[in-house]
Amino acid sequence: MSTTAPLLQVEDLRVEFKTRRGKALVLNGVDFQIRGGETLCVVGESGCGKSMTALALLRLIPSPPGRISGGRVLFQGEDLVQADEARMHKVRGNRISMIFQEPMTSLNPVFKVGDQIGESLRLHAGLDAAAARARTIEMLQQVGIPAPERRVDEYPHQLSGGMRQRVMIAMALACRPDILIADEPTTALDVTVQAQIFDLLRDLQREKGTAILLITHDMGAVAEMADRVMVMYAGRVIEQGTTEQVLSHPGHPYTQGLIDCLPELGSSLQHERAELAEIRGVVPSIWELGSGCAFRERCPHAMARCAEQVPPMFATGEHGALATGDGTHRAACWLHTQDQMVVA
Amino acid sequence: MRTMASPIEQLAPTALASSNTLLSVRDLHVHFPRAKSGWFQPPEVVKAVDGVSFDVTRGTTLAIVGESGSGKTTTALAVMRLSPVTSGHIQLGDTDLGALEGEALRQARTRLQIIFQDPFSSLNPRERAGAAVRAPLDLMQVGTPAQRTERVAELFKAVGLRPEQQHLFPHQFSGGQRQRINIARALATNPELVVCDEPVSALDIAIRAQILNLLARLQRELGLTYLFISHDMAVVEHICDDIAVMYLGQIVERGPRKAFFANPLHPYSVALMSAVPTVHGGRKHAAQRIKLSGDPPSPINPPAGCRFAGRCPMAEPACVAELPPLREVVPGHWVRCRRVDIVDGLPRAPLQMPTA
Repeated sequence: MSTTAPLLQVEDLRVEFKTRRGKALVLNGVDFQIRGGETLCVVGESGCGKSMTALALLRLIPSPPGRISGGRVLFQGEDLVQADEARMHKVRGNRISMIFQEPMTSLNPVFKVGDQIGESLRLHAGLDAAAARARTIEMLQQVGIPAPERRVDEYPHQLSGGMRQRVMIAMALACRPDILIADEPTTALDVTVQAQIFDLLRDLQREKGTAILLITHDMGAVAEMADRVMVMYAGRVIEQGTTEQVLSHPGHPYTQGLIDCLPELGSSLQHERAELAEIRGVVPSIWELGSGCAFRERCPHAMARCAEQVPPMFATGEHGALATGDGTHRAACWLHTQDQMVVA
Repeated sequence: MRTMASPIEQLAPTALASSNTLLSVRDLHVHFPRAKSGWFQPPEVVKAVDGVSFDVTRGTTLAIVGESGSGKTTTALAVMRLSPVTSGHIQLGDTDLGALEGEALRQARTRLQIIFQDPFSSLNPRERAGAAVRAPLDLMQVGTPAQRTERVAELFKAVGLRPEQQHLFPHQFSGGQRQRINIARALATNPELVVCDEPVSALDIAIRAQILNLLARLQRELGLTYLFISHDMAVVEHICDDIAVMYLGQIVERGPRKAFFANPLHPYSVALMSAVPTVHGGRKHAAQRIKLSGDPPSPINPPAGCRFAGRCPMAEPACVAELPPLREVVPGHWVRCRRVDIVDGLPRAPLQMPTA
């Protein structure tokens, strides 16, 4: 992890969607930063705003009905929220690129994979067809696709799921971006292929120094990939910190729940199988939030105060709730009121 | 098209079968013919399931684990008689399921139901949730119409939904709730065997735990028998009593849960287990992981020897030459690997789980 100025700084990002029931605030004051070469994991259930955050960074929110209604996305000092469309074209797929969850639907079935990778090279790097093809083959080689000279002329349906996701990664990394956004890149894949893709992302990151924003709902993936973690719930960041801080001393009951409900391999050997810990209920819809903490209905520690006021971010320490800490580990939960300082 | 299996496979697993066995599958083959690649070429055959035998004891869960393309879903569909069976014997209780046709088969379907992987595409978007759950009752003429209405409400409660939610459409439910509707529909006819085809793979981790707990509770309360298909070893360990690992159409290891997870024998089982990311293992675990390179070979022309040999870190020349039989190394624990040795009466795995 480098200590230089953040590569990407997101401040108070808000996204709203116009609906028949009025305006829905799907991102509500999201703050975070990514430093060069690090991996930040965004964790949360479906509907928590993880993917929306990623789309907002690239200004890919379908508009209308959606729009970024506030905040700044500072990429190397430049506010992307204010940038014009021509500028965004230069950023997308070039400086910041993205891989999506479902590798089948995000590749165009009627074009050869080589042409799809080459497109961004020709567009952004200004390579001619022959040079783009040579570089494409090199990229396919790097992401571990066997016989790249042959694969470059194949169509997506001729590749397996893992291979398609490798093609997506090759496409995303072709222009050597500063930031790679990976939106649940392995959810549709087998665990063995997931392991291969994670290895690949780690290796490529080490070689090229690309920062990765990895979106996932799996705490196991976080433990394996992340330098830092940000947990989202109902459009807000509710906890962030280093992987060690968040996984070993989770500051928010939701984070604790996400860790507990993951079945652990080998658990049945020591003791008899018990029920898995579960987070009861579902993520509330945007219309059911009301005032107070969005997680209170599902929270085992909910207090009267939780229904009245949205908890601010409290800085928690190295060892959880009671230490004063250095401010890098923060959680938005009233459990931390006693002797905490409010940081945001 | 009929393939002869080795005599070991045909005889041995029968020893396991007892009166308490609900489902018994012997030497199941499911082959799909493909179009000829040329005029004078013989037609190619995809051997999706190639000689699979197992038993499921009443009231327990057998998990079938493997990667995409291992034939685990095809096995499940063949057991459901939703996929053509090339050869083999499927017995449910006293009924020879494989021999049933037409109306008799349709009637037998009340006894076996399936929960599909994708909770979104497995419900008709234009049909209200209650109607979806009621459909099997109407089709099978279970009880009077009034009793069916009552049963639907009861089923909604059993799976943790509110009875008034039966008037909603699928899009008004979350993924986890939709899977609950699928479970209610599967349970409507009081089946003996429920096939769960990756029922939690498409769900968020937080919801996954809810559905796994629900399935476990329903099994306890209703005495259900599950055939549980999954690729996730951690999920499987939580739900199964017995486990069978499939690779390229064949079972490579089979055993009771504790024996298997305490001492996985086949290198592929070990690799699958080591692929699961764990919260406590973190990067150290990832670094020590057993890496499988490449994809499984094509089931059109599967290798003559051990089908896993090409990706196996422990393979030796003899593995490639000859297909090892599925042998019982300790009572109940079967493995198809010639490199498993028996030392002092205990099987020793050629490849150990890395210790984090």
